[in-house]
Amino acid sequence: MSSAHVEAHQSHHDHHDHHDEGGGAPHSTLKGYLTGFVLAVILTAIPFWLVMGKVFGTSATTAIVILAIGVVQIVVHMIYFLHMNGKAEGGWTMLALLFTLVLVVITLSGSLWVMYHLNHNMMPTEMHDMRNMP
Amino acid sequence: MSDMTANQAAGAAPRFYLTEEHHPQNGTLLGFWLYLMSDCLVFAALFAVYGVLGRNYAAGPTGADLFDLPLVAVNTSLLLLSSITYGFAMLEMQRSRLRAVIVWLAITGLLGAGFIGLELYEFNHLIHEGAGPQRSAFLSSFFTLVGTHGLHVSFGIVWLITLMAQLGKHGLTPPNKRRLMCLSMFWHFLDVVWIGVFTFVYLMGALP
Amino acid sequence: MSPLTAGAAAPNDPIFGRLTWEAIPLHEPILLWTFIGVGLGSVAILAAMTYLRLWGHFWRDWVTSIDHKKIGIMYIVLGLVMLLRGFSDALMMRAQQAVAFGAEGGFLPPHHYDQIFTAHGVIMIFFVAMPLVTGLMNFVVPLQIGARDVAFPFLNNFSFWMTTFGAGLTMASLFVGEFARTGWLAYPPLSGIAFSPDVGVDYYIWSLQIAGVGTLLSGVNLIATIVKMRAPGMTLMKMPIFTWTALCTNVLIVAAFPVLTAVLALLSLDRTVGTNFFTNDLGGNAMMYVNLIWIWGHPEVYILVLPVFGVFSEVVSTFSGKRLFGYASMVYATVVITILSYLVWLHHFFTMGSGASVNSFFGITTMIISIPTGAKIFNWLFTMYRGRIRYELPMLWTIGFMITFVIGGMTGVLLAVPPADFVLHNSLFLIAHFHNVIIGGVLFGLLAGITYWFPKAFGFKLDRFWGLCSFWFWVIGFYFAFMPLYVLGLMGVTRRMSHFDDPSLQIWFQIAAFGAVLIALGIACFIIQIVVSVVRRKSLRDTNGDPWNGRTLEWSTSSPPPAYNFAFTPVIHDNDAWHDMKANQYARPTSGFIPIHMPKNTGAGFIIAALSAVVGFALIWHMWWVAAAAFATMLVAIIVHTFNYKRDFHIPADEVVRTEGERTRLLLAAGHV
Repeated sequence: MSSAHVEAHQSHHDHHDHHDEGGGAPHSTLKGYLTGFVLAVILTAIPFWLVMGKVFGTSATTAIVILAIGVVQIVVHMIYFLHMNGKAEGGWTMLALLFTLVLVVITLSGSLWVMYHLNHNMMPTEMHDMRNMP
Repeated sequence: MSDMTANQAAGAAPRFYLTEEHHPQNGTLLGFWLYLMSDCLVFAALFAVYGVLGRNYAAGPTGADLFDLPLVAVNTSLLLLSSITYGFAMLEMQRSRLRAVIVWLAITGLLGAGFIGLELYEFNHLIHEGAGPQRSAFLSSFFTLVGTHGLHVSFGIVWLITLMAQLGKHGLTPPNKRRLMCLSMFWHFLDVVWIGVFTFVYLMGALP
Repeated sequence: MSPLTAGAAAPNDPIFGRLTWEAIPLHEPILLWTFIGVGLGSVAILAAMTYLRLWGHFWRDWVTSIDHKKIGIMYIVLGLVMLLRGFSDALMMRAQQAVAFGAEGGFLPPHHYDQIFTAHGVIMIFFVAMPLVTGLMNFVVPLQIGARDVAFPFLNNFSFWMTTFGAGLTMASLFVGEFARTGWLAYPPLSGIAFSPDVGVDYYIWSLQIAGVGTLLSGVNLIATIVKMRAPGMTLMKMPIFTWTALCTNVLIVAAFPVLTAVLALLSLDRTVGTNFFTNDLGGNAMMYVNLIWIWGHPEVYILVLPVFGVFSEVVSTFSGKRLFGYASMVYATVVITILSYLVWLHHFFTMGSGASVNSFFGITTMIISIPTGAKIFNWLFTMYRGRIRYELPMLWTIGFMITFVIGGMTGVLLAVPPADFVLHNSLFLIAHFHNVIIGGVLFGLLAGITYWFPKAFGFKLDRFWGLCSFWFWVIGFYFAFMPLYVLGLMGVTRRMSHFDDPSLQIWFQIAAFGAVLIALGIACFIIQIVVSVVRRKSLRDTNGDPWNGRTLEWSTSSPPPAYNFAFTPVIHDNDAWHDMKANQYARPTSGFIPIHMPKNTGAGFIIAALSAVVGFALIWHMWWVAAAAFATMLVAIIVHTFNYKRDFHIPADEVVRTEGERTRLLLAAGHV
């Protein structure tokens, strides 16, 4: 596993890590932040426009598009603001993030799937009627 | 009695231990990132609850009835701006410019306070319209998810002020730089969660 | 409807909230006698500590200690003390169920019985098993990886006190107010404000929230420790297997506990503010609680069992005199279990009605997850094969585990089949199954681990005779106590019942009660074992730090290790590092010592945790102003603590010289090299 090599290296550089503050924390640049900012502004403005301007005919299309744009913007934040990369902390932050994302997906999709079935089987009326149940 | 140099050539390093001081790598940034991942899962649970209960209006007001999207747009801008101003603080930290760091932190804090202020105004307005968290499961989920995010931002502001004081006292020492980097991760993470909030809650909630 | 928005039954006192003198249950004889017993016992302990002038020592060397070894020991003490409370609950339940048939109502009315089974579950899981497991990992992992302490020593101390105060809050419910009557997971709507308006569920919520913060931070701490602080040369695949299981366990902790925190917070909002997450009306959905709590709950049981799998791996390898068979496959199995544990949670509520497609998916994943565990059992057996087995106590516990846990695992796979579960859900079969795996797995493993590492922690072994007594009483007692429950479950008997009408069932309950008595004797023998070992410690002394001819790094230190663990950081070349060192003429250094950088003790963790307990107690009793004031004080304490930048010091070189010199002298006196 390559992180093992990185770690063997890092252990040799222990003395230097002591002085190199953040040992492995990537350096930010003005260009990086500004790029990320501009991208984020665009990726925020578009969804707001799509919804407030009622651009698409159906809610379903709008929902999918804005969710997808939201995911893209999250990635932009991760790269440009949080400096997410596979090398920081020997790859452990990336691994932790990926594991967390998998669990978030399982929690969200699992809960939605399970609860949809439970509601369908066990609740007195269909879900859409629930809006009007007191 | 064993002698340290037995079985070794004179002057060769011992095979099984280091003779000089060993400094393990500092774990603060990784540890804080792991905490953020756990926080991510708290929000995931709250999003899941919103996803399941978010259409249970109980014959009460819906998102389309209640959400003031222009206000949300302003709030989103404030938070996004505060992210970039924190970024500027980090750039100044890299250039070891203490006063500039503190100034950018202050601006970030003010933008954050503006965000919280607007959010409190919004909540207050909703409660006065009879759309408080007790009205329906939809509103309970809304207030809890958005409110938890707001609580995190508030704690972030308290932390920011504390850090400003500590920078004033000790300057850009290695521990303080680590703290700045942790707060940076925290602040940007809250902006990431907000993307989820404005997309999933406000924009989708406002759809018919 | 909530205390804040609707008019409460009695007006809230501005300072004391809903706390009144009636909250102290003096009219219940069992509780009254418990008060008196605990009161007298506490007075005796406090008096002894004052008389022996131990307060200063206690505060300086234990309460404020950030040493992982001391914290580990304190966790285990907490777990063992709470075991006594949790087990008394078990004895009371067994006694009630053995006699309460037909006209005989027994001695525990449902109101009291329901609190007992709730407290039993909560205490055993959160305040016995979790602290014991955490304590073992805390004590052992830094030693196994060649580190001086964990990554965040202050946080470690804070985590311990949060857990302890959480336990304290649950214990307080016995004397002031009452506990929840909902079962250990407190499902709404029963746990909602409408059906449990009293303080019981609030005690439950705040105990777990406070302890949960401690556990979560401990998880972050140990992951960072294992990732960042391994000795040079110890790559991931050269780590001891116990460290691997500790890593995966702490990943599970960090990934699962946030969900518990969120769900309990939502329940408490429902109860206090009047939100409608899990209510029956206004759009609430109680099934969502069950869904979310088990998303936490299933990983939780793996949090309990993975560390003990690690213990068994170390024990089997040491006492067979062989390298662990299939190290790589053990690692993969552990990682696979970690990931799969997130895909099975629905098997805890097959009967709630999600339908065939959902149930099938989770039934299949549940069966799949048994496979890596089976692989581990085979690896342990293959390790033992052709080994030179020494039947020391840890090895006996391990053999007991292998037989008992496999039975429990098989009944688990049976329950994983949804149609079978429809018959057996919430029957005594289920109770028998999970006690089978928790006692046969977690508890036997904890006793193996405690016996195995006790000499390392205290410098002398545990007495073998009383250990054997404890072992046999536990094992035989377990089978007498729980095999009847499988039978009863298959006959259709439901769990959590305090009274029965069918007299033909009584004999089984009487056998189970007999088993509980045997287990009580097992616990008594364990306590006697500790006392006898202390008295006989000179003859049980561990003179060279390696009483079992161990294979991993912790056995290279003295027993107990010095505060700094290793005078020089070890360098690793192979798995089973200590075994490798012994096989290659390792010569312990006796000179050239340098000052050692160490973290400082602090009282901040204790103080902040104590304040959080005050906040919890105040919230339970609706003492809003007290809660707000305590919370503000806590924030101030935290901020003040962050202004403390002087958290470390150096142990001077001549102190190291003295400590190591003393060890050299003892080694020579005992006839070791």
